[in-house]
Amino acid sequence: MSGATSTAHSVVAPSGRVKLLAGAIVVLYALVALVPLVWIGLTSIKTPPDSISYPPKVVPFVHFEPSIEGYCNLFNTRSRQTADYLASLPPANSACEEITRSRSMVVVGPSNYVPRFLNSLIIAFGSTLLSVGLGTCAAYAFSRFKVPLKDDLLFFILSTRMMPPIAVAIPIFLMYRELGLSDTRLGMILLYTSVNVSLAVWLLKGFIDEIPREYEEAAMIDGYTRLQAFRKVVLPQATTGIVATAIFCLIFAWNEYAFAVLLTSGTAQTAPPFIPIIIGEGGQDWPAVAAGTTLFLIPILVFTVLLRKHLLRGITFGAVRK
Amino acid sequence: MAEIALTQVSKRFGAVKAVDDVSLTITDGEFVVLLGPTGAGKTTTLRLVAGLETPDDGRVFIGGVDVTGLPPAARDVTFVFQQYSLYPHLSVFDNLAFPLRSPTRRTPEDEIKRTVREVARLLRIEDKLGNRATQLSGGQMQRVAIGRALVRRPAIYLMDEPLSSLDAKLRSELRIELKRIQQDLGATMLYVTHDQTEAMTLASRIGVIHQGRLVQIGSPRSIYEDPADIYVATRLGSPGINLVPRALFPEIDAPAAAATIGMRTEHLAIARASNGSVTGRVNWIERLGDQNHLHIDVNQQQIVSLVDPDEGLSVGDDVSVSLHRPLFFDAHGQRVR
Repeated sequence: MSGATSTAHSVVAPSGRVKLLAGAIVVLYALVALVPLVWIGLTSIKTPPDSISYPPKVVPFVHFEPSIEGYCNLFNTRSRQTADYLASLPPANSACEEITRSRSMVVVGPSNYVPRFLNSLIIAFGSTLLSVGLGTCAAYAFSRFKVPLKDDLLFFILSTRMMPPIAVAIPIFLMYRELGLSDTRLGMILLYTSVNVSLAVWLLKGFIDEIPREYEEAAMIDGYTRLQAFRKVVLPQATTGIVATAIFCLIFAWNEYAFAVLLTSGTAQTAPPFIPIIIGEGGQDWPAVAAGTTLFLIPILVFTVLLRKHLLRGITFGAVRK
Repeated sequence: MAEIALTQVSKRFGAVKAVDDVSLTITDGEFVVLLGPTGAGKTTTLRLVAGLETPDDGRVFIGGVDVTGLPPAARDVTFVFQQYSLYPHLSVFDNLAFPLRSPTRRTPEDEIKRTVREVARLLRIEDKLGNRATQLSGGQMQRVAIGRALVRRPAIYLMDEPLSSLDAKLRSELRIELKRIQQDLGATMLYVTHDQTEAMTLASRIGVIHQGRLVQIGSPRSIYEDPADIYVATRLGSPGINLVPRALFPEIDAPAAAATIGMRTEHLAIARASNGSVTGRVNWIERLGDQNHLHIDVNQQQIVSLVDPDEGLSVGDDVSVSLHRPLFFDAHGQRVR
């Protein structure tokens, strides 16, 4: 306690030493969390020999010369050619072509990275939208209405998270094959939605429980139907919860690897199972893998940063007195 | 404005009968206050009129129309909640405009502006219209909540202890304002409170609610002077009515069934004892400033009365107590005359 004047409502300001300690912990954690990411980013701008040299080359422009080779190899497929053939070609018309030829190869065509990335975007955002939409409606119902067997249903919904989803991989695999959902975007959206919706219901129910019923009751007396009251009064106040839930759902669906490997192989394959495959194409191409991973991080980063203000926004405070 | 009627309305929550066979008619322009302690069923009665609850039995009429099955939006009522319940994501202006913008009303925007400004002036919050609802003091929030009811001209204004969360000074100010507004508008109001001062000062009629039943309804004066039973008698008056066994004052005339005597200050004449007419002894004096509460011990029974500070009595004085037309109750607490 830092002062005799503090009341029950005052927040005691942290002392300098506490602040320093807290800061140190945050910095330490950030270092631990960021070092692998920084390393991946650095690897993506190295040449393959630089990426595996020992001792490691750390600082760009000092230890190694940055190269776009990783990104070239990520976006293109290449094929090895004889020196005679390479010599017979007209001059390279792009930087990537030039780099590729220096490795005795030619660019044959675009790789599958872009379509796989697109699949990831569609599946992750689609399932997030669906999970949060369904979750919000279900959470509202659980929070406000008399639902028969409410507690049992809530427990049942939660119980789907009590084992790793991959534990049911075989039944799902068989089911999907039977239903023709294997390797379809719709199948993956439904799968990730079914995993995420339980999280969404529980998270959002907590947030909606916090919104006093009086708001909707007031709105309904003011001439709104329940649905309109939900839209005009409940949703705006649940924004923080909805955004937080959406970020959780998106991160899960975006990063999911096991089901993606199992259930997708071509048209609906997402980026996570595709990125490791790059390794095999023409030696251990770490820069291409790192480039794929670096680009893969960006959508989540953008989404989280864009919605950050909703996460941090003060919770509605004081308009209803308890 | 319209007449409101409840006919034999009951509502139970599980095993609890929240409202038990209540019949009540509120005429146009009347200010009816439901008085009772927490849990007596006042709020449930209000919510039944609003349509936030549907009765298990009985019917609700507004302006002669049976609205029992209608949703709140179709009933043309307003409701001021005990808690402020302002929409925190909206400005004060938008909060006040919210009812007018509802799909059932769809008021033109310039009319909304005019109405909101008018109500804001009435409640003296014009300078706060641009604020967020969360940036107001408690009193201002409750004004806005009342204002949100006043922007409309509903069949009836329902108010659920709207002043109870305010401090004493603000409460008495808003009480006066509310009465003035109700008279200016000629509004029909059903108002719920556990505060007898609010009930006495605001009501054209007070309905006393006890365990879900409407025990008595009448003008504040008749409820105070002519209570139907002990329960109603104890709801009003400060200090509270003194209830003593009939046997404590054997000398007075009383109906044969009388078991309890109820005495308020106006039923008591207290004088310094002279030539042996001792009935009690002063054992405590509460000094309130303009008046004192005198606690008198009569045969082990406490009697509290209001006296002028210049009465000259002090603790330990013997006094004589005589009764002037007190109230009598039978063994079941019912009034006997």
